[in-house]
Amino acid sequence: MFDIFFQNLLNALQWGSFYSLIALGYTLVYGVLRLINFAHGDIVMVGAYIAFFISSALLGAFGLPQFLPGWAVLALTIPLTMVLTSLVGVTIERIAYRPLRRKGAHRLYVVITALMTGLILENGNLLLLGASRKKFPEMIDKVIYKVGAVYVTNLKIGVILTSILSFIVLHFIITKTKVGMAMRAISYDKFAIPLMGIPVDTVIVFTFVLGSAMAGLAGILFALSYPILDPYMGMSIGWKAFIAAVVGGIGDIRGAFAGGFILGIIEISVVAVFPSSYRDLIAFSILLLILTIKPTGLFGVPHTTKI
Amino acid sequence: MKKVLTLVLALFLSCIMLSSGFAAETIKIGFNIPLTGEIPKVGESSKFAAEMLKADINSQGGLKVGDKQYKLEFVYEDNESKAESAVAVAQKLIDRNKVLAIIGPNSSKQAVPAGEIADLNQVVMVSPWSTNPDTTLDRPYVFRAAFLDPFQGPVAVDFAMEQFKAKKAAVLYALANDYSKGLAEIFKADFEKKNGSGSVVAFESYGDKDQDFSAQLTKIIAAKPDFIFLPNNYNEVALTVKQAHDLGWKGPFMGSDAWGSAELMDLCGDDCIGLYFSTHYAAAGAKGATKEFIDRYNKKYGYIPDDVAALTWDATRLVLQAIQEGGKLSGKLRKDRKALRESMANVKSFAGITGSMKFDEQGDPIKCAVVVRINEKGQFVFTKSVCP
Repeated sequence: MFDIFFQNLLNALQWGSFYSLIALGYTLVYGVLRLINFAHGDIVMVGAYIAFFISSALLGAFGLPQFLPGWAVLALTIPLTMVLTSLVGVTIERIAYRPLRRKGAHRLYVVITALMTGLILENGNLLLLGASRKKFPEMIDKVIYKVGAVYVTNLKIGVILTSILSFIVLHFIITKTKVGMAMRAISYDKFAIPLMGIPVDTVIVFTFVLGSAMAGLAGILFALSYPILDPYMGMSIGWKAFIAAVVGGIGDIRGAFAGGFILGIIEISVVAVFPSSYRDLIAFSILLLILTIKPTGLFGVPHTTKI
Repeated sequence: MKKVLTLVLALFLSCIMLSSGFAAETIKIGFNIPLTGEIPKVGESSKFAAEMLKADINSQGGLKVGDKQYKLEFVYEDNESKAESAVAVAQKLIDRNKVLAIIGPNSSKQAVPAGEIADLNQVVMVSPWSTNPDTTLDRPYVFRAAFLDPFQGPVAVDFAMEQFKAKKAAVLYALANDYSKGLAEIFKADFEKKNGSGSVVAFESYGDKDQDFSAQLTKIIAAKPDFIFLPNNYNEVALTVKQAHDLGWKGPFMGSDAWGSAELMDLCGDDCIGLYFSTHYAAAGAKGATKEFIDRYNKKYGYIPDDVAALTWDATRLVLQAIQEGGKLSGKLRKDRKALRESMANVKSFAGITGSMKFDEQGDPIKCAVVVRINEKGQFVFTKSVCP
């Protein structure tokens, strides 16, 4: 009985880690810009594909020689993917969101632009790489540990630790650094802040760098855990992570982190207790209940600075 | 200005007349197949097989119907592996492309709703791969080239009981997929009939686009079944099998014909070696016309054709044979479509590369199923043949 409990706890922590990592990206951008970046789930997909190409190239696919062992490939793939994915994020901000912001368009239009950007990323990928799925390479050997009757892989532990670590790093950046302070300031009053000599655009770009790097990281870990890539892979998990961010209180990174794990734990425990066909029905009814009782989300406070 | 307009109009009219004059010399067949979406490899296999057949016939001057030669024209439309798109594609092929007959959709998820459209519009539709009974049930215009799930389910049950000495089974199926759900229920009913009620110790499902099955698998493994039955599409199978191994499962899996894609081993790798599934034909060790088809396909496209390719080949040839047996085409689409349905219904037996078929009154073939094992090289090796 306890075996099953711990096994499911590990399952839930791993699954919640993905929601958390993706929800962090949603919440960062929302906190600063009040923009729900619906393209975020698809940026995760782009991150996974970038990681696929980098790791395949380093592992000697495409006719290249392989001169690095698997662990070194992984160690190189992670930062490279994060950098390249954040470039994608910044580019999207530059060509899709900034022009609208300059023209003073209503936030609603920017959200719709974000939705369209997501569709463009999906269908662009479909056109560019075709519809057939890609198999993500295995860079490190999978080790399955057995503790009592509970099984856990090195990958599972890595995913959970990474998501906790990245939350701590993000929290540090936002609460302890100057740029973090600027981010909170813009969230507080975006009209007064430029008058104080804070370069708003630079801070916004930095926000997108952080958010998209998180998406890139989530993309790699997701592709390592579920090694089949397709252009629509980011859609469903992106939507659910957005819900997780809202339940946690969108705009607050503690909320996104907690919300992701809450959603993961609810989904897994519903399956563990009830027939699995009811999973989404019951899971989202619970979330609806949480939002009905606390409409601003768990960590959200109405009308105060959020980030 | 007026002159220009008249000229344009005249050109336009002559175009229409030309094209309709041209249409009399061709036979148009529509393909409602998943070129993108969940299972793009299935659409690709279908298209490749059809292209090969078209090239064969057109290079010999076309299809001889009565005393006239007709060139074949195949229209490929993508149904994105979605039920609603398959319906739209069927409607488009019928109204806009004005096809004589439709091949596809392949999966039951799309074939069941699209079959309704074809039947309502009185256009012959042949699904190569759909195994769900509802596709053809009480639809005189809908046919298929594959066996049915009420036949496939017991094949899987009997094989597992014999091969794994199984007394307890677990099932994991895709809730939003008509094929998977239907087959899972047939399997459960049959297994419990043979092993007593409660012998299916876990009966779990997952939703559309799910990638994490850990909770369901934890539940299944805790119930200690003798094997796990996965009546699911190959892309999901690859993920399920891996995750089950991560959770410590070392027992056997049994699969169904939706596993049999050329892409399964690319996605699944070593995890799928040694598993069994029931399917329509075994490529490794084939003989005669089947072998000839496999070799030609492999030479042309660079991989062993999966069962969808073979079934599309059979389904299309079946339609062409029925057109030929019908004697002649009048050129009036509605009349020809009706006549084709009559000659389809009159086809008594057909020698396909996936085995010879006879058709019952529902338009379903009576044919054999095979069980294959995935060997160390990733080939699907013939293990057992079961005939009705």
